[in-house]
Amino acid sequence: MAVPVKKHPVDVTFYLFTAGASLSVLAFTVGILYVLLSESSLAIERFGILDFITSTEWNPVTESFGAATTLFGTAVTTVLSLVFAVPIAIGVAIFVTEIAPNFLKGPIGAAIELLAAIPSIIYGMWGLFTLAPIMSEYIEPALQGTVGRLPLIGILFEGTPMGIDLLTASLILSIMIIPFTASISRDAFNLTPAVVKESAYGLGATKWEVIRSVILPYSKLGIFGGVILSLGRAIGETMAVAFVLGNNHQITTSLYDAAATITVTLANEFTEADTDIYLSSLFYLALLLFVLSFIVLAAAKLFVIRAERRFAR
Amino acid sequence: MSNTGMRKFKNLVALSLSTLAAALGLFWLIFILGDVVVHGIGALNLNLFLNDPSPPGFGGGGLRNAFVGHIMITFFATLLGVPVGLLGGTFLAEYVRGKRFAMIISTLSDIMVSTPSIVIGTFIYAVLVKPLGHFSGWAGAIALAIIMIPVVLRTTEDMLTLVPWSLREAAFALGAPRYKVIISVVYRGAAAGIFTGVLLSMARVMGETAPLLFTSFNNSFFSTNMNEPISSLTVTIFQYAMGPYDDWHSQAWAASLIMTLLILAITIIGRLVIRWRYPGK
Repeated sequence: MAVPVKKHPVDVTFYLFTAGASLSVLAFTVGILYVLLSESSLAIERFGILDFITSTEWNPVTESFGAATTLFGTAVTTVLSLVFAVPIAIGVAIFVTEIAPNFLKGPIGAAIELLAAIPSIIYGMWGLFTLAPIMSEYIEPALQGTVGRLPLIGILFEGTPMGIDLLTASLILSIMIIPFTASISRDAFNLTPAVVKESAYGLGATKWEVIRSVILPYSKLGIFGGVILSLGRAIGETMAVAFVLGNNHQITTSLYDAAATITVTLANEFTEADTDIYLSSLFYLALLLFVLSFIVLAAAKLFVIRAERRFAR
Repeated sequence: MSNTGMRKFKNLVALSLSTLAAALGLFWLIFILGDVVVHGIGALNLNLFLNDPSPPGFGGGGLRNAFVGHIMITFFATLLGVPVGLLGGTFLAEYVRGKRFAMIISTLSDIMVSTPSIVIGTFIYAVLVKPLGHFSGWAGAIALAIIMIPVVLRTTEDMLTLVPWSLREAAFALGAPRYKVIISVVYRGAAAGIFTGVLLSMARVMGETAPLLFTSFNNSFFSTNMNEPISSLTVTIFQYAMGPYDDWHSQAWAASLIMTLLILAITIIGRLVIRWRYPGK
């Protein structure tokens, strides 16, 4: 990679411009963190860190705010959507890499990735006008009549099925994150050396045995990275859940209750915040969301990089 | 059942479940797209593009303001975001390739690509909306530009890396200065890829709602003034869908249909171009 050393004046300018442009990403990251910190300083001083996170209060009238209810909503929808999405996504990846005939591999993989290209507001619209009524009329009563009767688990399905609740929001989120987990899992599967797969087949293993005992162990780091990346996506998703969650600040035991996530709270209340402490608390929520998703996404990146390093030699 | 029979049975079950999973993924795609088409197509008419909103119940209103506003916001976001992303990606691929700095910025960009877009909205609100005292089209465009930069930066970096190094050496040997080599040789070699990357990043920000909610806000009147609140399709869809009027709902569906088709068309064309130009990728 020999490069001439002679410096042309335009060359230096071009170099500086490109260097500055690449630093903009760093500047924005630090800038966002700094601005969110300074905007939420009022709320941080008033409510502290631990008290804010653990307080279930969210009352603009008495001006007392806590993040516990929104963190609860974010955690439940995110975890539940992963529970729905991950098995499907891994199934999709298995189908696309190992089962589908060659002429179908590309098109089906691409079609499922199109799910990621649909704008989140469309998911929201569809969720509100189409999925929520189906949920409240058919699926939620059916669940209540079956698994809802079981002891312990039954508590998750109590209440009137309205369709505007944690379950519907999680289902929509799960559809949105399937393509992320699926495409990273597919890439991870493809890193498995063909020789190892062929040796397993040579020993008389069935396709499923090859997948379970060779491909999955080989690609677990990559799959894990894909799952965490989807987690990061789900935490920050706004519009798809804003329509069907109801923005109700409460901690509930039933999946049939309305709730609020950090993102939904921001979308609904940001322009309505009439006091400084209210706005500052919302910025505090945004700060929590930014830090949380940054950590999750960085972890995901780390796993994917390590997975690639291990096998791409 | 014999051992072999059991193994074959397990194999069949597992493979059927995987196939079912893929079918379910396709089912969601068809369900959502079909639903948007069915609801949207009936509401499509010329008024939608030619008229501004009329009071609910009067009929004949359109979304001209939202279409124009959306185009303006996307256009200015592209104008601001693409050059920065392009130059930044150039620096990583051409000047510091393989160095620690390139890896850090590249990883940071990957993280920023997935950062919740609503956070960018709150950031711009604090920096541009609150100090100036009013929502503005510029705030929305800048919020979208910030989302675009890491996307364009990463695709540029990837596409430039694919240009063979020997091509640069040939140009250096002719005595061309570095910037000239990059602009007339490297960019030219990667043009299709970079252009596609830009298109895909436009498709990405076109569907964004969250970062516009508290930056460009909304405007029920026709406006091309970027210093004022300006209407966008996505925010209008949100407002109309949450509103109580059937009129509003059908217009929101029509707008969703147009936006979805446009974004999917750009995405599919982009992917095809990349597959055609870079068969290995």
